[in-house]
Amino acid sequence: MHFEFHVEGGNFSKAGSASSQLKKILKQLNVDPKVIKKVVVALYEAEVNIVAHAYQGDIFIDIDTEKIEIKLIDEGPGIENIELAMQQGYSTASSKVREMGFGAGMGLPNIKNNCDKMTISSEVGKSTTVEMITFFNN
Amino acid sequence: MKIREVVELLNARVVSGHERLDNEVEYGFSSDLMSDVLTVETDNLLLLTGLANVQTIRTAEMSDINKIIFVRRKKATEEMISLAAENDMILIECDYSMFKTSGILFKSGIKPIY
Repeated sequence: MHFEFHVEGGNFSKAGSASSQLKKILKQLNVDPKVIKKVVVALYEAEVNIVAHAYQGDIFIDIDTEKIEIKLIDEGPGIENIELAMQQGYSTASSKVREMGFGAGMGLPNIKNNCDKMTISSEVGKSTTVEMITFFNN
Repeated sequence: MKIREVVELLNARVVSGHERLDNEVEYGFSSDLMSDVLTVETDNLLLLTGLANVQTIRTAEMSDINKIIFVRRKKATEEMISLAAENDMILIECDYSMFKTSGILFKSGIKPIY
């Protein structure tokens, strides 16, 4: 199964709508609620990252019987130092993002903790890509 | 403890989920930082927060939290209430500080998650 969602940068009122729709889909597929929570928490953090840092982005989701693969590609400033960005507590978030309850430098580490495989790549001034894989029976 | 008792203890107002006040709650977590909330794995959790915006409801939805108390006189907006109703959540508004609300509930037997 394949799903795609578009994410608008800066639009906090819509942030989380893709994650919410994926949660409904996984519930309908009778996926273990513990797995659903991990997948949607990871996606939600990544979705909020696009809203918080990028101009826009797209989410591509592929589900088969073994796993769910999610790829998020944004158009935005990119990440200069990925190793630094992965450190808990490091953040470049604006005060607006912090007012929404985010921007504490926990998003990327939280994504990593909630999926089985995570890769992140970025081209500064252009784009960031985050890929996450979660296996259903792990 | 039943949510109904929580509401009485805090002299609080239910703004969504009136039909679910007999739901039981065992654990509580107080935070204004949604990224912290997203790290919590405990089920049957009551969230106490002073952050009242749509992302509070979205965070709770992703974390399988369906009971939220807004402390420090923060109000839930219509958009928040409607999103909460879609997700079968109970929303409660309380005039007390985060510290006082947490203290009352802790003293009454609501457990911390760590």
